Amino acid sequence: MTAPVSIRDLCRHYGPARALDHVSLDIAAGEFIVLLGPSGCGKTTLLTLIGGFDAPTSGRILIGGRDMTGIAPKDRPTTTVFQDYALFPHLSLTDNVAFGLRMRGMGRAARIARAQEMLALVGLEGRGDRRPHELSGGQRQRVALARALAVEPDVLLLDEPLGALDLKLRRAMQDELKSIQRRVGTTFVHVTHDQEEAMAIADRIVVMNAGRIEDCGPPAQVYLRPATLFSAGFMGEVNRIPLTGGQSPLGPILPGTGTLLIRPEAIGLQGPLPLGPARLIDATFFGTYQRARFAPLAAPDLTLTAHLPQGMALEPGTELALHATAHVLLPETP
Amino acid sequence: MGRGLIWAYLAAAYAFIFLPVAVLVVFSFQDGRLPVPPLQGVSLRWYAKVLSDGDLMAALVNSLLVATVSASVALLLGFLAAHALARVRLPGSVLMRGLLIAPMTVSGLIIGLGLLALFNQTGIRPSLVTAGIGHVVINLPLCFAICYAAMGDQQRNAERAARDLGASEVQVLRLVSAPMLAPALAAAFFLSVTFSWDEFIIAFLLTRFDVTLPVEIWSMLRSGLSPATNAVGALVFLVSTALVVALELTVFRRARR
Repeated sequence: MTAPVSIRDLCRHYGPARALDHVSLDIAAGEFIVLLGPSGCGKTTLLTLIGGFDAPTSGRILIGGRDMTGIAPKDRPTTTVFQDYALFPHLSLTDNVAFGLRMRGMGRAARIARAQEMLALVGLEGRGDRRPHELSGGQRQRVALARALAVEPDVLLLDEPLGALDLKLRRAMQDELKSIQRRVGTTFVHVTHDQEEAMAIADRIVVMNAGRIEDCGPPAQVYLRPATLFSAGFMGEVNRIPLTGGQSPLGPILPGTGTLLIRPEAIGLQGPLPLGPARLIDATFFGTYQRARFAPLAAPDLTLTAHLPQGMALEPGTELALHATAHVLLPETP
Repeated sequence: MGRGLIWAYLAAAYAFIFLPVAVLVVFSFQDGRLPVPPLQGVSLRWYAKVLSDGDLMAALVNSLLVATVSASVALLLGFLAAHALARVRLPGSVLMRGLLIAPMTVSGLIIGLGLLALFNQTGIRPSLVTAGIGHVVINLPLCFAICYAAMGDQQRNAERAARDLGASEVQVLRLVSAPMLAPALAAAFFLSVTFSWDEFIIAFLLTRFDVTLPVEIWSMLRSGLSPATNAVGALVFLVSTALVVALELTVFRRARR
């Protein structure tokens, strides 16, 4: 089961604070959307409003074309995977997963069969008799996912579901989450502050800041062609070079006015955009690349960061002519 | 020297607490007409007399009835009040919490007199029901406090998940809140039963023809000392102890695990 979600001019104010400020967003049926942003950006507020646990100050949410205003969580076609899992400690895993089906009046035998199917889907077959406290964090996460998917919601809401897991497990669960989403076809709305996680799983990333949507698009677009300076900075490290009427601290490198954005991996010794000579300050080995910091000779106060090949010999003090292979010019100034 | 003193103090403290009970129990076996030293021999005849006394046995059944029913009502009301105040932010919820706890600080005599005046005004006759209402009044704050203290974030989140999965409020209470709070609910229930079982002054003021066991014992005492009274006392003590042991075995053992 799946449905599109339409968010129309949604506001949520807490007194003078604006947790959500005129947010509009259309999510297609079966899409994997990631709401990304720093804490306090409004991403969890938006998820809470879609789930019906809080009411918007103004604006509407439509799921499958149906207006959700005034509809309680239990009557919405949504279920949530909570950050702390919120499993029922007094129930077995099977009964946890079957809970929603029980609420929908499904008979005992049928719902237990279905719960066992769902546990198998998340790789926990044969463990239905256990209690939540016997499981590891990752396993509890899977049970919470199975429980939320068992009722075949149109939209699954995930509130930082991988936040409590260690890095390795988190990366493994991301892949699994993505493949489960493909199999069930449900619309997923996933909240995180980890941009790598967002890029790994999202069909589309929605970057949020201060209650507004900053940027929205497929991971490659948001990373390579960010819409705002905030979006560019949040998705990863970026060099910012101010540009006024074609003039930059590095000289006249490009016509236009605004901020020139260049990712560190787009800086090298060749490329269509020359950045002029620069002195190497230092270089650090990062495994797949060396992170090198340069002081341009034309503007020694401006530091450029580049990711250079791991095999390259880098001696601090060396002067090199730098080029950019890709860049974005935004009209904003920092 | 220090250690010896500590052990002596401990022994003295326990003797102080339990000697009266021990004396009571010992002289309930008195083979004579008075429950005073010397012990003239061991006999079970006072127990036989007590157990064949219709009024006493009726009072015992009344006491059990009042204790279980009033504890159940107090628990239900206390649990619902605690659930509401722990979940919903209401204006004046601090005041409401205070008002719910307040009866704990009022002596049973005052509560009994107040209820007596109220029932007289409204024309309700004293009975086991009015005594039960009095016991609900004294046990409700206890049940509320125990339930309220036991409700935490984990429970709130589980309740939210249950609503998300389609549970109605009644289903949330029945299938999630109550089972998760089971140890606290059992503790509140057993304590309420114990308090109601032992309670005298409210029961004395609010009953008339059918009375509870403490009231019946009091009327026995008015006709003078007898080992029969001791035997009843020993039985009452036995029931209270059984309740406390049951509480320890079920609730506290589970909570510690």
